[in-house]
Amino acid sequence: MTPLLDVRAITKTYGARIGCKDVGFTLWPGEVMGIVGESGSGKSTLLGCLAGHLAPDTGEVLFDTRIDGPRDTLTMSEAERRMLARTDWAFVHQNARDGLRMGVSAGGNVGERLMAVGARNYGNIRARAEDWLDRVEITADRMDDRPGAFSGGMQQRLQIARNLVTGPRLVFMDEPTGGLDVSVQARLLDLLRGLVRQMGLSAVIVTHDLAVVRLLADRLMVMKDGHVVEQGLTDQVLDDPQHGYTQLLVSSVLQV
Amino acid sequence: MTQMKDRTMIELENVSKSFTLHNQGGASIPVMSGATLRVAPGECVALFGPSGTGKSTLMRMIYGNYLADDGRITVGTTDVARAAPREILALRRDVLGYVSQFLRVVPRVSTLDVVAEPLITLGTDAQAARDRARGLLTRLNIPEHLWPLSPTTFSGGEQQRVNIARGFAHDYPALLLDEPTASLDATNGAVVLSLIEEAKARGAAIVGIFHDAEARAQVCDREVDVGRFTPVAA
Repeated sequence: MTPLLDVRAITKTYGARIGCKDVGFTLWPGEVMGIVGESGSGKSTLLGCLAGHLAPDTGEVLFDTRIDGPRDTLTMSEAERRMLARTDWAFVHQNARDGLRMGVSAGGNVGERLMAVGARNYGNIRARAEDWLDRVEITADRMDDRPGAFSGGMQQRLQIARNLVTGPRLVFMDEPTGGLDVSVQARLLDLLRGLVRQMGLSAVIVTHDLAVVRLLADRLMVMKDGHVVEQGLTDQVLDDPQHGYTQLLVSSVLQV
Repeated sequence: MTQMKDRTMIELENVSKSFTLHNQGGASIPVMSGATLRVAPGECVALFGPSGTGKSTLMRMIYGNYLADDGRITVGTTDVARAAPREILALRRDVLGYVSQFLRVVPRVSTLDVVAEPLITLGTDAQAARDRARGLLTRLNIPEHLWPLSPTTFSGGEQQRVNIARGFAHDYPALLLDEPTASLDATNGAVVLSLIEEAKARGAAIVGIFHDAEARAQVCDREVDVGRFTPVAA
């Protein structure tokens, strides 16, 4: 079996400051990788480099494409990378507004992704959009509303529907539950976990919330000051952390 | 049976473990040394010793939840102490089951699906997986009207029974049981013991912690004093 994503020695600096340094890992089909660390640890920089939003200084991001097998997405043409972003990849932003088109209806937001990969039949597009809105628990009567009329949790669920409708194989998520109420977070996590399992998705999730990775991620990477200080099975890293920083993170969580 | 017992399903050799507390002056606490154990298919081995001797630690190391510092831990063909995360994940999916004392599930998943999940993950048809789950929940006396609900709101004893049903949904060749009868009444305790006996009969290798001496006597072939593996204070 070939890893879906093979990340090698990614380094990104901002002038003299280190964004992330020499990060590498492999992600296998169906695996969910969590990346935790505090603000400024480099986790979002890394995600940006993986998803093609930022250009790293050095390194390779090999993605197992459907047709040509593993290809370095950093050396692909912009057009190829954009095609990947529309088909096999998805990106869930922390702020739903960054991932949605606010002037378009909920149904349109989902249908647009389908049209971008060639769907043309209006009836089919609308039916699939409705199916996906239902899967993320948005009722059909809200289909023609614009996202601005939705609550934060609904906007986030809509963003997920928009991202998953094209059946991607790899989903990048940047703090997908950040900024939501705890009860809304639980619902969203639940939904994400179900979808990831059913669709056999691979995902890379950046978060500072250890509860999120405990529930969603098979594997965990802990970052500090741009470096990966520890990685392993999620429950092993959380229950038997080896690095001082991870121990501090785990012991700082308030128990309820 | 004799043939089965010649083989080893779970094997620990000279396993040691210490915890290093980096944020408390780097104190290193040795908790285990020289742990050696072999469990054959069809055999149930009880870990015993006063609390704090490392029974749960040993079990967690076999499951890959705690890292071993040194030594070898083999389950089936997997070298747990050295395996990559995805090999451990595969081991847990196919070979090694674990009934912990606590049920950790996502709040909104129904009890029926919580129990059926290990089978569905293995690719069993959803209908067959749910049938198996129904059978186990019935045997463990979880009333049917609770099946569509999330077990997170259940009583301690009910949660434990759901946890046990989940742990026995798939016929794992190796099983770890952490106090599976702890908060159960006599009737349900007996159901759990018969599940363990059935698992042994089909060839499962089992390592368990049982505080209940009667339960231990009924299902365990051997007892291992974990105190033997407690490091001598320097």
